Amino acid sequence: MADSDGRQVDGVNHATDKDVKLQEIALAKNEGKELTKEEKQRLRKEKKQHKKNKKDDKGPPEKEKEKEKASVPAPSKPATQSPAHKAAPAPVHASESAAAAEKPAKSKAELRAERRARQDSERTSKQGKKEGGQQSASSKPKATPNELQPVVKRLPEHVQVDDPAALKKLAKKLERQQKSGQGCGLNKTGVEVPLRSDYGYKVSLFSHLHQYSRKSPPTLQISIPATVIHPSIVRLGLQYSQGIIAGSNARSVALLHTFKQVIQDYSTPPNEELSRDLVNKLSPYISFLSQCRPLSASMGNAIKYIKKEISNIPSQCKEEEAKGKLQACIDSYINEKIILASEAISKYAIEKISDGDVILVYGCSSLVNHILCKAFEKQRKFRVIVVDSRPRLEGREALRRLVKKGIRCTYVLISALSYILPEVSKVFLGAHALLANGYVMSRVGTSQIALVAKAYNVPVLVCCETYKFCERVQTDSFVSNELDDPDDLIVTRNGKSHLENWQTVKSLGLLNLVYDVTPPDFVDLVITDLGMIPCTSVPVVLRVKNVDQ
Amino acid sequence: MPGADKETELSERIEAFLSELKRCGSGAGSLRGSAETARETTSLLRRITAQARWSNAGDLMEIIRKEGRRMTAGQPSETTVGNMVRRVLKIIREEYARSRGSTEEADQQESLHKLLTSGGSSEDNFRQHFTHLKANVIEAINELLTELEGTTDNISMQALEHIHSNEVIMTIGRSRTVEAFLKDAARKRKFHVIVAECAPFCQGHEMATSLSKEDIETTVIPDAAIFAVMSRVNKVIIGTQTVLANGGLRAVNGTHTLALAAKHHSTPLIVCAPMFKLSPQVSDTPFTRFSEILSKVNAHCPVFDYVPPELITLFISNIGGNAPSYIYRLMSELYHPEDHEL
Repeated sequence: MADSDGRQVDGVNHATDKDVKLQEIALAKNEGKELTKEEKQRLRKEKKQHKKNKKDDKGPPEKEKEKEKASVPAPSKPATQSPAHKAAPAPVHASESAAAAEKPAKSKAELRAERRARQDSERTSKQGKKEGGQQSASSKPKATPNELQPVVKRLPEHVQVDDPAALKKLAKKLERQQKSGQGCGLNKTGVEVPLRSDYGYKVSLFSHLHQYSRKSPPTLQISIPATVIHPSIVRLGLQYSQGIIAGSNARSVALLHTFKQVIQDYSTPPNEELSRDLVNKLSPYISFLSQCRPLSASMGNAIKYIKKEISNIPSQCKEEEAKGKLQACIDSYINEKIILASEAISKYAIEKISDGDVILVYGCSSLVNHILCKAFEKQRKFRVIVVDSRPRLEGREALRRLVKKGIRCTYVLISALSYILPEVSKVFLGAHALLANGYVMSRVGTSQIALVAKAYNVPVLVCCETYKFCERVQTDSFVSNELDDPDDLIVTRNGKSHLENWQTVKSLGLLNLVYDVTPPDFVDLVITDLGMIPCTSVPVVLRVKNVDQ
Repeated sequence: MPGADKETELSERIEAFLSELKRCGSGAGSLRGSAETARETTSLLRRITAQARWSNAGDLMEIIRKEGRRMTAGQPSETTVGNMVRRVLKIIREEYARSRGSTEEADQQESLHKLLTSGGSSEDNFRQHFTHLKANVIEAINELLTELEGTTDNISMQALEHIHSNEVIMTIGRSRTVEAFLKDAARKRKFHVIVAECAPFCQGHEMATSLSKEDIETTVIPDAAIFAVMSRVNKVIIGTQTVLANGGLRAVNGTHTLALAAKHHSTPLIVCAPMFKLSPQVSDTPFTRFSEILSKVNAHCPVFDYVPPELITLFISNIGGNAPSYIYRLMSELYHPEDHEL
């Protein structure tokens, strides 16, 4: 027993060492840093060693278990300990360790050869195609884009708030990002990328989501001036968290402009390549922004694009030239995907607007407002009904813009929908994202409008640019959503605000959802820059886009 | 002279009641529940019966009808007033018929067949004088008052038959009946309540605070989130302002959306309404308040919604549970067809 104990103790120590290394490898991979050849060989050797130890640990204890069923606890407990240790970084290495654990029958040499071959092929294919490093859209690197590989998706952190292990991982990651930026060893007090804490009582159905208060901005803990985070990123993060910049187009454009500024101010440190180092520099910024407000699907796609462009910069390119190229790339992205796309969508949509129409819009969608203004300029005769909802009351902004143009408008709250719908001939809705199963993710209340419109047989048209198409699937508005500040629901009527002290009442909760999903059977048509498609054709468009890239 | 004094006092009271109604309608006065309005109307009618000068049933009915028309004109949206007037008229007819000695069944059993074949109004015009008619009518009105006082309790007593534990119940706005219903159930069962706040007056907030004081897990959601949250709701329980003759509802705005969302998710929609809310009207003219905020913009603020009977699962009233298709029958028991138009 002493022998096996000794080996197992050794194995456990090895396991902890290996675990730290594996974590680092995992994080480094996900941050897009490419290891040098020597480092890679070293890591490969260590991995092999670790796998060998693990199998030795598992092999004899299992055999002992089989032989001596009577005295099972002692050998089986240490055996389960080492796989349990491995389970800590398991989410990232799920496929690898699972594969290793599931095939004890194959010989170790065969496994090692397979692994080496697979890693080589993955590495060569990874040269041209970088994985999306940011957290909410990560997927394992695929060998080729057209093969239907089983994608092991890691759950984004912002829907795992009720899992303490996930929270600890995030905290560690933010600390590590802070440390990685402090290359020169300056002594810094205070957390650079702060972990924002939740506010108030969360409704139990949504305990897996964050709920922040607008009154406690994320910059409370940042030292000034922040060295890890660029000041324009700090400003952008504050603008997001206070709601000054809202709306998915506005947020994406602001993000891209800020990245242009960051690239302008960036200077490559010696002995580093711009293509690798810049991507690393961007990671703490992205973590900070997602702490301020969870990233939207459009922002995620924009970030993926930028990271791909950066890592495609050839290494012999001079710094000024590279920076100029990147800025031009960003400009062309904004121009093509947002500005020109909205022109194309307006052209299609104007065909659908006829004289004498009564058009219903909800909230403030920049695209829908643009379409209506263009249609009005083209001398179409129509009037608009703007539907608004508490607590954001974004419809007032849309009302302002349309009335300034001279369009005849009516304003109602969403509870008056059944009253006003018999007059309506068409409904135009904007979208925050279009999901791969055809569901439309948009501002909360959109699904309600689509439901009642369907009941009155009024056609519903959704307008959405293709850069908002996203590969996620969702069937309800609970699993992945955003919770806004609950204090927004408090209102004063007749001098009394009943919910003022809602925190003191134990069983009272306020729920301020931001998004909801509309099922595709409520939507009649989706107008995109590629044309007018039914809701269910979204995965086709995604596939076409992936092939293009 | 005591008679004249009584009359002026009576008209003063009626005037006071009318002005109270008008103020409540404009939202400036204290918001009264329908039950209070019903009770006050009935006591006022009792007072009229006691103090006004009349010699036979026909006169009394004329007086009450006239006062009833004035009261309903003062606040058309408060249909409880008209309903109580009709109830009292029916009571007078019944008492008259009983005094005359004719059996009750002949009048009350108005089956559809009889309605079609009888044709024409009944031959007597209520001109006979009976000495005890006044006392009988007043006694019957007292019974009506007792019934009114017990309606909320009767409805709450049925709560445990309809709510099981760990349910998620959704409601909208503020209804005292539903509040009492849920509080009664909460004494024995644990469940969650989601309240839609019902902008722009946000009565849902009051409802939520009062429910949470009884230790019921409550969540307030904005109106826009009704459909988003509906998939996790087991039952929708609402109150209403009026129950219409076809089984439909006139309820606070936003209820139609709630009913459609419940239908889409096949969630049962239960309406808690006492019988005095049942009204013979079928029309659904919306009541709106207009305001011009910008010169080029019209704003609409409808107060009530019409909910068709197909979206409703069950009515819970003080006489038990009923399907919407049965409402027309209950109507015939409460009101006489000639009184449908006051």
